Amino acid sequence: MSGSGFDYAPAPESRSVVDIKSAYGLFIGGEFVEPHDGRHFKTVSPASEEVLAEVAEAGPADVDAAVAAARRAYERVWSLMPGRDRAKYLYRIARILAERSREFAVLETLDNGKPIKESRDVDVPMASAWFFYYAGWADKLSYAGQGPDPRPLGVAAQVIPWNFPLMMLAWKIAPALAAGNTVVLKPAETTPLSALLFADVCQQAELPAGVVNIVTGAGATGQELVGHPDVDKVAFTGSTEVGKSIARAVAGSTKRVTLELGGKAANIVFDDAPIDQAVEGIVNGIFFNQGHVCCAGSRLLVQESANDELLTSLKRRMATLRLGDPLDKNTDVGAINSAEQLARIHELSDVGDAEGAQRWSPACELPEHGYWFPPTIFTGVTQAHRIAREEIFGPVLSVLTFRTPAEAVEKANNTPYGLSAGVWTEKGSRILWMADALRAGVVWANTFNRFDPASPFGGYQESGYGREGGRHGLAAYLR
Amino acid sequence: MNDPTATGPARVEVRKTYKLFVGGGFPRSESGRTYAALDAKGGFVANMAKASRKDARDAVVAARKAFPDWSGRTPYNRGQVLYRVAEMLEGRREQFVAQVRAGEGVSERAAAAAVDAAVDRWVWYAGWADKLAQVTGSANAVAGPYFDFSLPEPTGIVAVLAPQASSLLGLVGVLAPAIVAGNTVVVVSSYARPVPAVTLAEVLATSDVPGGVVNVLTGDAAEVGPWLASHMDVNAIDLAGADPELARTLEEAAADNLKRVLRPAGTDWAAEPGIERMVALLEIKTVWHPIGV
Repeated sequence: MSGSGFDYAPAPESRSVVDIKSAYGLFIGGEFVEPHDGRHFKTVSPASEEVLAEVAEAGPADVDAAVAAARRAYERVWSLMPGRDRAKYLYRIARILAERSREFAVLETLDNGKPIKESRDVDVPMASAWFFYYAGWADKLSYAGQGPDPRPLGVAAQVIPWNFPLMMLAWKIAPALAAGNTVVLKPAETTPLSALLFADVCQQAELPAGVVNIVTGAGATGQELVGHPDVDKVAFTGSTEVGKSIARAVAGSTKRVTLELGGKAANIVFDDAPIDQAVEGIVNGIFFNQGHVCCAGSRLLVQESANDELLTSLKRRMATLRLGDPLDKNTDVGAINSAEQLARIHELSDVGDAEGAQRWSPACELPEHGYWFPPTIFTGVTQAHRIAREEIFGPVLSVLTFRTPAEAVEKANNTPYGLSAGVWTEKGSRILWMADALRAGVVWANTFNRFDPASPFGGYQESGYGREGGRHGLAAYLR
Repeated sequence: MNDPTATGPARVEVRKTYKLFVGGGFPRSESGRTYAALDAKGGFVANMAKASRKDARDAVVAARKAFPDWSGRTPYNRGQVLYRVAEMLEGRREQFVAQVRAGEGVSERAAAAAVDAAVDRWVWYAGWADKLAQVTGSANAVAGPYFDFSLPEPTGIVAVLAPQASSLLGLVGVLAPAIVAGNTVVVVSSYARPVPAVTLAEVLATSDVPGGVVNVLTGDAAEVGPWLASHMDVNAIDLAGADPELARTLEEAAADNLKRVLRPAGTDWAAEPGIERMVALLEIKTVWHPIGV
């Protein structure tokens, strides 16, 4: 990463494009209000540990007010509005997100720690595209395969994670609104700022008050929200552990639920794969967004005969990854989102050492402040190792080998998860055979980590239920 | 001694003790327990095996074993197998009518209507086998040079608590949608009206449905249900036959491995079903591949 004679000059994106207020309230009924009991918490930049803003912590009274505002907006405005008009609001939002994309990208990178080139080229454009796509569905619901006259569910409680704050917001809010629901959304505790800026977008779009409500807070706020008796739909993206607690909490109710949870994806490389492309895919699969991706390709399964060549190329490629200031346009690997997550990555990596796997990272200087972890691979990993079984949610790749396609499938499917998988081979019939045999909701063949609003995404087994994206994602908000 | 040729009292009937249907065979309950099934007027009908925790677990093992073959069949083949079930059921029409009538205490005409509808239901579902992919799948127009499509796949092992009142039609209404797409099933029959479930098991055993695709446990859903709901190798649970309180506790237990849960919904089993039940037991898989030369 350094000393190559080709050192990059710093190329930081300017922070001045975005105004961060010193304190934020809750967005309820179309305006910012102070929390009932006046509590706030701080959100910090994980790259520098600098405090960015104080954010309101919503308590039961605030959640109640937000749900009531959403219910009012549902009954009096949004569910009565013709689909073509709902569509126009969503198109407005899509356009505003695109117009203010630099602002959002910088804010997202500051609050989350992800490289600016990811927030600029992936997160923000994808969020805009998601609204644009679902806007078009709003007046075509009778063609969505849900019967001739599908109806919205009512008020949706949506809880999203910190790894793609704005993109997850878009995945949740766009289909809900297109189908005629109103929402109360809780962003993650460590990344609330882009959702609060989105509230500003709702005002700018003149979205009717109460159609979108944003309540910030930690786990307790989320629990309060999904447990609220006047909520008709719960949508959650996050850990499998919390997903299970939500599934228990809604038992016996009439609430509809979709859960998009953890994963331990196998990325399978056959010996006939184009190695350079596969290496790019592996790097994208596990080091994109610092590995904070539920569908990250965190288990690399390499055909034995290709193992040495692939590892040599992979290590060479990893040595060129640039870790550092997330606002720098040349940065490939940004900061770990929180001290807590960093501790979890350290813990599981240490377990990898203790269980006998061999750790390797390129020579890599970590910044003095903030939360950082170098891109890391473990070789000599077996299926019994915890680093091959548990979701690390960081830039840590476990490498295993296989000999036959059947063994690859056996190992890939040997997990309680089932969110995604990757296959690299030049042989078409083998791709389709593997795609058929892998128990995962998304299979990327000769590519990895592709997302699109038109493409259904979601998991098998303990990776959750329901799909987001496409016509299937719309079904989660209709009856 | 009685003269066998003389006109004597009515023939003494052979009283039956039915067994479970697991992995294509008819084992007794491992627990050795039985209970008496009564008709709607309280008269004795037959002894039934009372399934235990061990029976439930054995049935899940059988269902898991049957899953690769059944889910790997072509939809065309599964459709034919389901259609054959309809044929076999129709062949036993009179027997089913008598059993439904006795168990549910309905008129001859109502029982016949339920049996006819059950036969028709198998025919209806048989036809879905090779249409689900087109109706529930999609080609996805993504913004990039990728071929991207989504297809349905079976969820896996489905535990089913069959409706308590509608002993045949309700049973078929939960069974057929589960297996048509390639799932395999462990079903707990109606407790008070279990006989049509056992006769249906006899139909399945002599049809082309492979052993283990449908496993029938007679017994108490409240006793067996919790073991199925918490079983880590069961992928989905249909709570049609559970009362609200039982349904709540089983849905809670099902969260341990995030089973797909179908809540009881007061379904009218005589009405045309719609595809919701099938769709709820499907997973959508999306496959991406780059387009290039």
